[in-house]
Amino acid sequence: MTSISVPLEAYLSVAALLFCIGIWGLINSRNAVRVLMSIELMLNAVNINLMAFSSYLDGQEIRGQVYAIFVITVAAAEAAVGLAILLSLYRNRDTVDMERFNLLRW
Amino acid sequence: MPSLAELTQLIVFALLATGVVVGSLGVVLLPNVVYAAFLLGGVFLSVAGLYLMLNASFIAAAQVLVYVGAVNVLILFSIMLVNKKEAMAASPGVGLRRLLSSGVCAGLLWLLLRVAYTTPWATPGPEPRGDDAVIRLGEHFFSDYLLPFELASVLLLMAMIGAIVLARRDVFNTDVGTGEAVDQALIEKERTPLLLEKTRP
Repeated sequence: MTSISVPLEAYLSVAALLFCIGIWGLINSRNAVRVLMSIELMLNAVNINLMAFSSYLDGQEIRGQVYAIFVITVAAAEAAVGLAILLSLYRNRDTVDMERFNLLRW
Repeated sequence: MPSLAELTQLIVFALLATGVVVGSLGVVLLPNVVYAAFLLGGVFLSVAGLYLMLNASFIAAAQVLVYVGAVNVLILFSIMLVNKKEAMAASPGVGLRRLLSSGVCAGLLWLLLRVAYTTPWATPGPEPRGDDAVIRLGEHFFSDYLLPFELASVLLLMAMIGAIVLARRDVFNTDVGTGEAVDQALIEKERTPLLLEKTRP
């Protein structure tokens, strides 16, 4: 059965909170691995939104679930390439401190 | 008085939401990045539970397989590969940056919550499909979403090749001692770290 007792806004609130925590971590993390983890948090928040809308407003044509699958695919690709870049950076700069990846800074 | 099913749903939702929020706060705030990575797995599992509550059993399974099984393990492995205990030098203006970013995030949260609570959502929508959602999902993938589905496979192939190329080490093709060709050379070339410090006059 559908989840009538939990309103749609509750899911949206959880997703909004998760997204904002992800943004905060993205800005304030010094460790490059933690930055990638924050990006994963934000992608999960978006997925929660998609699934909530899919279940509450589009129950027959579950297009939100289709989009969530694509988001999961892209997130997996992003994680793989991002961590490969991180390893390459670590080999070249010998650190994972975001403050020291400043070669292209003015 | 809510019925037993509704009460159970509320309790389960509250538990899962608490797990998501507390876990993500731990991911962002814990000083030890290994604990943060394990908490990230907990957040992914809680999100999978939320998907189960939203009539999406297939996506919940995909979430557990892809995020907990692949992405989280990948993050843990990369932490082990780059886990160097380093005292990060204090950078100027951290306090101001934290204050500003906290303000921006709180403002964004307020905006999102306001949108969520003031928009007149057209609920209740159509009755959601239960367990046969996965059938509709398969029909979508092989009819109107066929092109993105195929493009996703190409994207995954590109990401795989790209990750291999980026993370590969430079190795000798021949053994330095004997001069024989080495198959998948395990002898690593001595490599001077490039660009250790920014060269600036």
